[in-house]
Parts: sequence; structure tokens; C-alpha cells
Amino acid sequence: MDKKPNIGARIVNFYIDGFKNMGKTGKQLWLLILIKLFIMFAIWRLVFFPNVLKTDFDSDEERSEHVIEQLTNPE
Amino acid sequence: MIEQFDSSAVDWSRAQFALTAMYHWIFVPLTLGLAFIIAFMETIYYKTKNPEWKSITKFWMTIFGINFAIGVATGIILEFQFGTNWSSYSWFVGDIFGAPLAIEGIMAFFMESTFIAIMFFGWNKVSPKFHLTATWLTALGANLSALWILVANGWMQAPVGMKFNPETARNEMESFWDIVLSPTAVHKFIHTITSSYTLAAVVVVGISAWYLLKGRHLLMAKRSIVVGSVFGLLSILFTILSGDGSATAVAKHQPMKLAAMEGYYEGSTNAGVIAIGALSSDPVDPKYPEVNDFLFKAEIPGIISFLAFNDFDAFVPGVKDIMEGYTDHEGNVVLPVKERAERGLIARNALKDFTKAKKEGNEEAMATNLKLLEENYEHFGYSYFIDNPNGIIPNIPITFYSFHIMVILGFWFLLLFLLFLWMASKNKLTNSRLLLRLGIITIPLAYVASQAGWVVAELGRQPWVVQDLMPTMAAVSKVSASSIQITFWMFVVVFTALLIAELKILFKQIHIGPKEGGH
Repeated sequence: MDKKPNIGARIVNFYIDGFKNMGKTGKQLWLLILIKLFIMFAIWRLVFFPNVLKTDFDSDEERSEHVIEQLTNPE
Repeated sequence: MIEQFDSSAVDWSRAQFALTAMYHWIFVPLTLGLAFIIAFMETIYYKTKNPEWKSITKFWMTIFGINFAIGVATGIILEFQFGTNWSSYSWFVGDIFGAPLAIEGIMAFFMESTFIAIMFFGWNKVSPKFHLTATWLTALGANLSALWILVANGWMQAPVGMKFNPETARNEMESFWDIVLSPTAVHKFIHTITSSYTLAAVVVVGISAWYLLKGRHLLMAKRSIVVGSVFGLLSILFTILSGDGSATAVAKHQPMKLAAMEGYYEGSTNAGVIAIGALSSDPVDPKYPEVNDFLFKAEIPGIISFLAFNDFDAFVPGVKDIMEGYTDHEGNVVLPVKERAERGLIARNALKDFTKAKKEGNEEAMATNLKLLEENYEHFGYSYFIDNPNGIIPNIPITFYSFHIMVILGFWFLLLFLLFLWMASKNKLTNSRLLLRLGIITIPLAYVASQAGWVVAELGRQPWVVQDLMPTMAAVSKVSASSIQITFWMFVVVFTALLIAELKILFKQIHIGPKEGGH
């Protein structure tokens, strides 16, 4: 008798089969999702949307000082 | 103080956030509502074993999948903007805003995406019971995602359960449950999800009406209309009821928003709802040019007093009262804005002096300033309006019209569902061509109502990004307006392209229709 694959393998196979048997619309949608995620994370996030407090300051203390300065001297 | 901020950067940051949030909100309500409609349909299939119900479920599941695929992750762009355009805000609210969002990301998103895979891939691979469970859990997961986002939003509208730490400039969470169970958050959650269910029901009814007009998929269309109308009717009733709860929360924490929603210049007892009205371009009082006079109005007396305070005789303040101070319905004195600005400035200067004293190691001065800050912290945000108290008045025409469009459309949806159910009970749906056309026309109106609701919530609370504590202009980062403009227009192009792609795929799928027999 064949041994039943373990749960991990069954889950992986479930996803592989699902993607393999996906219809044309499903494939189009996945292409759109991948393009969208690429634009969002590889272009927008990396190039246009830095976390300014993380990139401009080294410690939380410096970040706090900066924000307090912004709040108390808003010029 | 207003002129000291880069107003162009503030405006572009707001425009970009609004664009992204409104685009994201095109997809979210349909996901929230359609997930439950599909779950109900699959439950009927599970109980009856009738393959027609499987076909109906799978068709609406495809529509759900298209909508989900295009909408998924568009909300993450808002989080990018927090770090870049709204860094002062992100730091100021830090843990409180971060915690619900983190829970949303970890729990609901993974729950949702795991069970969506079973919904789409698992029809012949898992047992019908397990598949049905996955469908229900997808719906619950989607709605749990919404819960955490709305808890965070509710806190911004009525901040509770936290304490400001002057050493870090962050509001720190004191009570997780006070934040989660805040009446503002609870009402916001119920109102938002039930209105989303209504939108989804309108979409189901409208698309089904199109099939009936075309004489195609008649059985599927009729059954979908019945499920959609029952679900929609219950949803809109809960939306209206929860709107009552929202009005109470707004009246308590955001009286200026309530005044803007109804265009109240002066407050009154027995305050009425404007059933129909139009604002003129002339101000009521030159002292408050932000408040427009009415060209005409028809008012139902007492409704707002009752909705807000459960008392027809309760006093509801107008803009003038809020600006100049008043005594609320419980006898509490609400300070004039000018005085709140002065006390806010005491708090702001105390924060500045506390920081200076800390650097100098002067513990006595630290304690003195901490006390001053804590005593006046509730007015902190008003300090930015010391030279321009009128800056706390939101855009009244937009808030007023958005609110009334939302309410009028809400009652139209109620009537529409009743009409569809009435005609379905008489078995006359296919003959009611006018009603079927109205069903189709109502689809875009559902989106208008949904977006209008958010316009009321977010524009009506301006200038606050955190009510009374942080105005929008103090929340932005020091970034150039031109860099925000570049990303704004990039978003416009990409969002438009994605929306066109979605509509194309969606319309094609609707044109194809369900596969008969559920196979």
C-alpha cells in the first residue's frame, strides 16, 4: 500500500495543483497581482517611499528629539 | 502658526492619501459583503445538494476573486505614506496605531489568504463541509481585517486608552481594551461593515437584474436577487441603526463634525435633521466665512437631538457655539476655541521646556512642566490655531452634501430591496423592467454612498488627524511638495490602469455568466 504524503507535502501539492489547473482569468489576475506587487515593493517602496525617521536618524532618541522639535517649533 | 507649515506639502500629502484610500475603498466593501453572500449561497448548496446553487456560488466566487485580486495590497500603499509623508504622525501615535495594524496583518490577512486558497482550489479536493468552513472563515477573516483598521481609525477620531510620554513624544497604550471597545470604534466598525454588506447586496441584485433584462441565466438571477435582497435589507437596517450609534459618538467627541454634517451655524435644542436643503455661497456671519447660509431647507425637528443624545430637547451646538464656548446637554462647560488654543499653547511650551529641562538635568523644572503639560494636554492640538481659530472649522459644504447624499441613498437602497423582494414574492421579477433597470443604475450609486460616508468621516473631522491633539498640518514630514506630486500622479496612472483592467475582466466574466449545473 502506498504511503500517504505528510501534511506539509499535501499542502504544497494542493497549491501546485490549484495553480496548475487555474483558468485563463485566474492566470490573468495573478499576472496583474504580480505586476502590482512589483511596482509597489520594488519601485514605490524602495525608490519613492523611504521611512524618513528610520533613514534620517540612527536612534529612537534622535527620532523623539526630531519630532518634539517639529511639534514645538513648527517653522 | 498655520502659515509656518508648508501648506502645499500638507495639501498634496492629503490628496495622495485620499486618492489611495478612496481607491482602496472601491474594492474593500465588495470583498467584505460578497464573502458573506457567497457563504450563505454555499450553505444553501451544502444543505440542498442542488447543483444550481453550486453554480451560483461559483459564479459569485469568481466575481469575488476578481475584486479581491485587484484590491489586494492596495492598502499597504497607505502604510508607505505613513512612513514618508506622515512621519511626525506615525511617531506620535506609534504603538497605538501600530498594534491594531500589526494584528490585522498577522492574524486576519493570513487567515483570509489561507482560506481563500481552499475556496478556489479546494472544490473537489476537500470535503464539502471543510470547503464550506473555509468559505465562512474567509468572510470572517476579511471582516476581522476591517475590524483592526477601523479600531485604529476610531482611536484617531476619539483618542482613548493612552498616555502621552513627553520623553519620547509618543502616545503610549495604557488599555488595549479601552481602544478596541471604544464606542467610536465599535459604531464605526458596525456602520462600515453593514454598509459594505449593503453595497455588495446592491452589486449582486444589480448584476442579476442585468441577466433578467437580457433573458439569460434566469434561475440563477432570480435566486441571487432573493439572497441579495434579504441580505441587503437586513444590512441596510443595521446600517441605519448603527448610524444612530455613530451620531451619538460624533456628538460626544466631534461636535464640530456634527455641526458641519447638518450645516448648523447656531445650536439649538430640538435640533432637526435637514431632509432637503441647499447651501448658498454667502456666509451666515462675516465673522465665520466658512459657514454657508441656506438657500432653502426642509427640516424634521428633534431628530438630531434624539439621535445624538436620546433626548428631543437636548442642545446640539452649532459652529458659533463651538467657537465661542457653550454648555453642553449634561451641563459641562465647553471652552471657546481661543481659550483652548491658549491652553494648548501652554501644553506645547511645557513640552518644549520639559525637553530643555531634561537635557539640563533640571528635575524640578521637568516636574513643573510635566504637570502643566498633563493639565493642558487635551487642548494640545489647538495651540496651532492660536492665530487663526477659524482653522478648526472643516469644509462645511462638502461634509454637508456628502452626509446627505449618503443618507438619501441609504433610504433608496432600503426601498429598492423591499421592491425587489415584493416583486420576487409575486414572481413578477422578469416583467418589472423599470425595477430591473433601477437595480443596475443603483450599482454605481452604492459606491457613491460608500465613498461619501468616508468623506463625511474624514473631511468632517478636519483639521484633526488625531482629534484635538494633532492637526493634519503638524502630522506631515518635512518632504517637498514636488516629490509628493510625482508619486501622486504615478498613483493616478497605475490605479487607473488597474481599474480599467479589473473592469474589463469583470465585465467579461459577467458577460460569460455562470457555468450551468455547477461544473
